Amino acid sequence: MAIEILMPALSPTMTEGKIARWLKKEGDTVNSGDVLAEIETDKATMEVEAIEEGIFGRILVPEGTEGVAVNTPIAIVVEEGEAVPAAPTPATAAATVAPAAVANAAVTASAPASAPATTPQVARPTNRIVASPLARRIAASKGVDLASIKGTGPHGRIVKRDVEAAESKASASLPSRAQAAAPVSGGGSRSVPHTTMRKVIARRLSESKATIPHFYVSMDVELDALMALRAQLNALSSDEGQDSFKLSVNDMLIKAAALALKQVPEVNASFTEDAMILHDDADISVAVSLNDGLITPIVRAAERKSLKQISQEAKSLVSRARAGKLKPEEFQGGTFSISNMGMFGVKEFAAIVNPPQAAILAIAAGKRQPVVSGDEIRIATVMTVTLSVDHRAVDGATAAKWLSAFRSIVQSPLALVL
Amino acid sequence: MSQTDFDVIVIGGGPGGYVAALRAAQLKLSVAVVEAQHLGGICLNWGCIPTKALLRASEINHLLHDLPAYGFKAEGVSFDFKKIIARSRAVSKQLSAGVAHLLKKAKVPVFNGYGKLDGTQANGRRKVLVSQDGAAPTTLTAQHVILATGARARVLPGLEPDGKFIWSYKEALVPEEMPKRLVVIGSGAIGTEFASFYRNMGADVTLVEVAQRILPVEDEEISQLARKAFEKQGIRVLTGAQVGTLQKTATEVHIPVTLGDKTETLVADRVISAVGIVGNVENIGLEGTKIQVDRTHVVTDALCRTGEPGVYAIGDLAGAPWLAHKASHEAVMCVEAIAGKTVHPIDPTKVPGCTYCRPQIASVGYTEAKAKEAGYKVRVGRFPLLANGKALAMGEPDGLIKTVFDAQTGELLGAHMIGAEVTEMIQGYVIARTGELTEAELAETIFPHPTISESMHEAVLAAYDGALHF
Repeated sequence: MAIEILMPALSPTMTEGKIARWLKKEGDTVNSGDVLAEIETDKATMEVEAIEEGIFGRILVPEGTEGVAVNTPIAIVVEEGEAVPAAPTPATAAATVAPAAVANAAVTASAPASAPATTPQVARPTNRIVASPLARRIAASKGVDLASIKGTGPHGRIVKRDVEAAESKASASLPSRAQAAAPVSGGGSRSVPHTTMRKVIARRLSESKATIPHFYVSMDVELDALMALRAQLNALSSDEGQDSFKLSVNDMLIKAAALALKQVPEVNASFTEDAMILHDDADISVAVSLNDGLITPIVRAAERKSLKQISQEAKSLVSRARAGKLKPEEFQGGTFSISNMGMFGVKEFAAIVNPPQAAILAIAAGKRQPVVSGDEIRIATVMTVTLSVDHRAVDGATAAKWLSAFRSIVQSPLALVL
Repeated sequence: MSQTDFDVIVIGGGPGGYVAALRAAQLKLSVAVVEAQHLGGICLNWGCIPTKALLRASEINHLLHDLPAYGFKAEGVSFDFKKIIARSRAVSKQLSAGVAHLLKKAKVPVFNGYGKLDGTQANGRRKVLVSQDGAAPTTLTAQHVILATGARARVLPGLEPDGKFIWSYKEALVPEEMPKRLVVIGSGAIGTEFASFYRNMGADVTLVEVAQRILPVEDEEISQLARKAFEKQGIRVLTGAQVGTLQKTATEVHIPVTLGDKTETLVADRVISAVGIVGNVENIGLEGTKIQVDRTHVVTDALCRTGEPGVYAIGDLAGAPWLAHKASHEAVMCVEAIAGKTVHPIDPTKVPGCTYCRPQIASVGYTEAKAKEAGYKVRVGRFPLLANGKALAMGEPDGLIKTVFDAQTGELLGAHMIGAEVTEMIQGYVIARTGELTEAELAETIFPHPTISESMHEAVLAAYDGALHF
């Protein structure tokens, strides 16, 4: 019997995604576990695996289609020798077993701690956009995405008034941006369509800068003790195999930040209109730059993990982030962020708070320089760190207190291995 | 003791009121209708239906006098006017009984009498007093009251119906005998239909209109074609005409009419005053409530709600367009909103209008002028019935189909038709408008051959690639 592959929900909050790539062609043999497609959400690309065997019958949603609603049939797998149905009928779509049994979103890493995200509610099949011809034409001419519109016509049909309402809403909120985004260049220019990630970055960071009152506190921190400890610890690692590790300065700073958050827990917070949310765990979001943007995978409960654990975890997260294969729960959440630009030789910089977190630590390059201590001048490796803070959640003295705690831990780093 | 408390009480049993009651019953609301005279309202008893019965008779009379054109010969053709009128009344009576039957089948009680709002009870339920013939009024209560009391002919000073020389539509429907000379004042749908009926029955008819063209709400081209057709039939048409003070003699009426700087006195046996209608806002308990009345209609929002929570007004009482199908549609919308369903306000540009004169006139949406006024860049298509095979075969070559499209989106903004059977065809364009079809779907639609409706297709093509048969 023909089985419809439905758009999986890759996280509890996912409502739609993009078919980034089909890995099977129509007519290909499908074995259980074969990767059928890559699905792109806000920030991650995930794979859809086949659970059952058969012949890859038909692609219903072509590669590159954006805004595909969860539970939309995206492909049909048939048994060998079986005819391929032309298109899904509502009846067969409704009768399809929960997509978790048919297709599974799989990622190579360890299972997430949270509930598996691959059992979406069985919803009304929305295999096509129902819109009037006029609505379609107006949407096309105004560049309005029909998939983003809720229809108010009979049976949810999208009609002219819906497109016009969506368009006027969009144009009301966008005019100045649209103007600002079109600079005139004498040397010519070209337009590069935004990736989903670029849109998310633009939206989230604009929102952060526009709504969060930022302030910045900087401090110089000496790294020599931490680097000495790092060399000692790395010498303990076996050369290869599962137990091998190579701690980076950043791994150690992740743990240092986590410990500082336990000492000054007011910074491990989120501001909401009604209350301050104080987090128990120090879930550290680590900014990772990608070719076309950035992503912040999370080292969860870093204060309770060993440096070796943190190092191995961070390494895996970073490599999967660069491959676009993080699961949403691996980069969504987090209670505090670190952005390290030391490797670029940056002297100092200030980062933008990553809401709903209350603070982000910007780490610049360590540099050997003269330091005055007492009446003497000595040489030390010094880096400037800058804490950007949501003033609604954290006041200046608290921010300074946190930085002092962080500096103490880094400069007397034995706490990191306790 | 019969039931006196309801979810919904509808005051008025016309095409707004009785439809509201039927829909409410379908939605399992308890509902009652209060009707003073006859179920079916003006539409069924004194409007749409009996006039159609008369117009059918006049159409037959026209054909009988045009028999040679079809190869027939008949002598001594005559009619019994009383029987024609009687047939019209019988049709109304039959339909009114049909409405009574429908309400009975839906178990909707009908209270005979005049309904009137009478404040609220302590528990917030609205009271409605029903009184008739001075008897002690009955009090009914309901959560919701829908006012659907309709409208009546506007009476201008000097043109008051007198039961003899001056008629409103009511008297014009039940005359004792055929007038020989008739003046119709007002060229809206009502005036035009009576002019057409009496002319086709053989009377000398003059149609007098104060505006610069007849059927002023229709597209200007359609008005011009209608005038031409009427004049060809022998109707005298005076536009831009001011009517002065009427002089009645023992046997006739003298009507001074000023056209520009000229004044002429028309002489007639009868005058039909068809100068608009006014809403029945009196004696329904609006005084002292938050319900606002603008001139002669109750002010409502787009969902027919008045200023008083739980009180609604629909149909002619709630204002233009004064059309039975608009009243019925508002009735359904209003009741569905009461029942908690999601509803959408009526878009007046999707309400068709029909006039059953000869030739018939039907339209929906924007006229060409109104579309331009609204800022649309338009594409206009025209197709004359002269180029349509079926119209020629029927001997009805006079007419035009005109379409108005938004050049930018292909939206069918309006359609305007004059000719045989166009009132039966306009729904095709109404469906196109409601379904938001563009010129592409209309062009792709296969219209049956041979029909007059093929002209509708051609009128779409004419607005774009060009019509095939013209």
